[in-house]
Amino acid sequence: MGVDITVIWAAIIFFGVFMYVVMDGFDLGIGMLYPFVPARADRDVMMNTVAPVWDGNETWLVLGGAGLLAAFPVAYSIVLSGLYLPLIFMLLGLLFRGVAFEFRFKARERERHIWDKAFIGGSVVAAFFQGVALGAFLSGIPVSGRSFSGTAMSWFSPFALAAGCGTMIAYTLLGATWLIMKTEGSLQQRMIGVTRPLTFLMLAAIVAVSAWTPLRYPQVAERWFSFPNMAFLAPVPALVLLAVFLLLRSLARSPHRLPFLMALALVLLAYTGMAISIWPHIVPPYITIWEAAGPPSSQGFALVGTLVILPFILMYTGWSYFVFRGKVRSGEGYH
Amino acid sequence: MMGFSALELARIQFAFTMAFHIVFPALTIGMASYLAVLEGCWLVTRRAVYMTLYHYWLRIFAVTFGMGVVSGIVMAYQFGTNWSQFSEFAGGITGPLLAYEVLTAFFLEAGFLGVMLFGRNRVGPGLHFFATCMVALGTLISATWILASNSWMQTPQGHAIVDGRAVPVDWLAVILNPSFPYRLAHMGTAAYLSTALFVGAAAAWHLLHGRDDKAVRKMLSMAMWMVLLVAPLQAVIGDLHGLNTARHQPAKLAAMEGHWENRPGEGMPLLLFGMPDMAAERTRYAVGIPHLGSVILTHSWTGQVPGLKQFAPEERPNAPIVFWSFRIMVGLGLAMIALGLCSLWLRRGGRLYGQRLFLRAALAMGPAGLLAILAGWVTTEVGRQPWVVYGLLRTADAVSPHSAGALALTLALFVVSYLFVFGIGIAYVLRLVRKGPQAADLQQAPEGGPGAGRTPARPLSAAQEGADEGLPLPPERGGH
Repeated sequence: MGVDITVIWAAIIFFGVFMYVVMDGFDLGIGMLYPFVPARADRDVMMNTVAPVWDGNETWLVLGGAGLLAAFPVAYSIVLSGLYLPLIFMLLGLLFRGVAFEFRFKARERERHIWDKAFIGGSVVAAFFQGVALGAFLSGIPVSGRSFSGTAMSWFSPFALAAGCGTMIAYTLLGATWLIMKTEGSLQQRMIGVTRPLTFLMLAAIVAVSAWTPLRYPQVAERWFSFPNMAFLAPVPALVLLAVFLLLRSLARSPHRLPFLMALALVLLAYTGMAISIWPHIVPPYITIWEAAGPPSSQGFALVGTLVILPFILMYTGWSYFVFRGKVRSGEGYH
Repeated sequence: MMGFSALELARIQFAFTMAFHIVFPALTIGMASYLAVLEGCWLVTRRAVYMTLYHYWLRIFAVTFGMGVVSGIVMAYQFGTNWSQFSEFAGGITGPLLAYEVLTAFFLEAGFLGVMLFGRNRVGPGLHFFATCMVALGTLISATWILASNSWMQTPQGHAIVDGRAVPVDWLAVILNPSFPYRLAHMGTAAYLSTALFVGAAAAWHLLHGRDDKAVRKMLSMAMWMVLLVAPLQAVIGDLHGLNTARHQPAKLAAMEGHWENRPGEGMPLLLFGMPDMAAERTRYAVGIPHLGSVILTHSWTGQVPGLKQFAPEERPNAPIVFWSFRIMVGLGLAMIALGLCSLWLRRGGRLYGQRLFLRAALAMGPAGLLAILAGWVTTEVGRQPWVVYGLLRTADAVSPHSAGALALTLALFVVSYLFVFGIGIAYVLRLVRKGPQAADLQQAPEGGPGAGRTPARPLSAAQEGADEGLPLPPERGGH
């Protein structure tokens, strides 16, 4: 058989999780930027930039989970039970963040601050624990046979906490650059102001993780610093520096889309770097994608649907973004 | 925590998060279709009353949908976090079904929801109606896939057990398993019925509080036609579903009926009340109608179905819970049929909108559909025990290897968060219901085509407090 269906599934899940990180990333970033924008009108505008699309953005997370269960049931059961507490905290964060979209506008004036806090707190908790889960996942999940064999606190490590902070920085950068694209006036100026330090923080986080991982995990160092890999992989750090340079330069020249596109590029590069580090494991460092693969009859059935339907999803999602294109202004429309 | 085992805590957590979740999709399935009907009626007739009602229920739908989304994500991950051994065993079957649900339903709902809620001024009326229909279709597709998955767990077929895991052999057989058509019809109907009762209760509340206008009357009338037609239909579907359960899950049925043993040649009674006693292996205080059980279940005077004693004690579901949850569901169903018949009677001579006793009954029946859904799910899920996949995997073998302490912590977090978030959410829903349809909504009639560069602030969230309560509706006029 020429095409390895298991590799295709790994690519689909890689793509699905990336879509989630990018799209819900800027939603969560907006929540984390709320503390820096006290004015209610500005907060309304910020929320309205994502109100029509946040639900679709979050659906990629469900697709990632469902795809993992469909194609790699062993990995799904080990990873989800191994990262039990961080994932539950993440879900609770998403709960508070998600209802805030509706409740904030339904609340009476004196209640609104509750949902502002729920939006901020939910976004912070969800982003932080997504990063913690990612860090713990990269650090390795204790496995015996086909089951998780650690404890409720196995995920807890300095590396995981650092990954949590790194994810918060990345999402906040995505949120700020998204708002540069979608707003104007003083709110946009404020976002341009916070994007510069955020870009440096993002660069620092990428450098820190890039240095930490190979030092801790010899197999990762092996992957990156051996020939001929080094030659193939050298563009990754070079592109990171290029993206940072372009982002910072664009901030000085009445920016519109470019900062967001460069922030996307940074996230994509960091994310691809992680995938390169763990390939071909799906539960690093023990279980490869082929060892975790579900039955071919499951992978095949789900793949047919995915390949047929995913283009349509991308099409109408694109249409939805197109319908809600352009700058969002406050106080326009309905009362 | 209070001496509960990890397994018990995991089951409590699942029951708790599931019970909260199911209420929201049940309402959004019904409301999305109702909204599609309202918008369709408006497009055809251009009568303002339909647009008024559309905007009224759209706001309530948006809040309910949001709560369904956030509680649903918890469900999608809970199979892995709390039931990893189940996912490992059955993921090859349930995984693709869940993946299809996400691909065909969740993205459809989410993709078109934004246009449905905020796109009134950005797309034409036809395209807006299309978006509403896509959201409604998404809710129905979602129910189809998730019920296929649950039905397979109840009546598994089309698989082989390879290397200790369920492997799909024939997907058509997996999806079209014996209980699937009945469960799908029963749950879909339940969602429509629950929504009709909810809409009817909202209208009844306004009529009782002195608001009697075209929009409120239209609401009550539509809801009561629905109840009248669908409640008896649901009883028939439920009966067929019960016969299917008798065939495929005899222990569940015996528990539902509080039926312990057969005596040769003697027909089964239909127990109305009783207290099944697991230890004494009998149903105490039983009050029943002789032979009716046989007639319903076997269509003969002395037909028999297996009693609980024919199953080993460790194979029996918890009879007291199943017996009573089933009776609550059936009792509520009978009350719904009665309400529908009363509404038909009162339509003669136009007393439907003024008969206060009836309106109070309609108001009281507002949550009845949702309660019946909860009771029904308790019946079918507790009745499946001790199995999580019937006859293949025991619930005790399905749970993740967590400590009771970790589970107690997460359960406490869920309980506190859910009561807070959904408690307030339900209060907001009721507040929106109380506000009533607003004639002001008519100012938001669509203007064709996307407004270049204009983004509406949230129309939904224009639900500001107070000032415009109970405005009289303007006379009927064309759309805009």
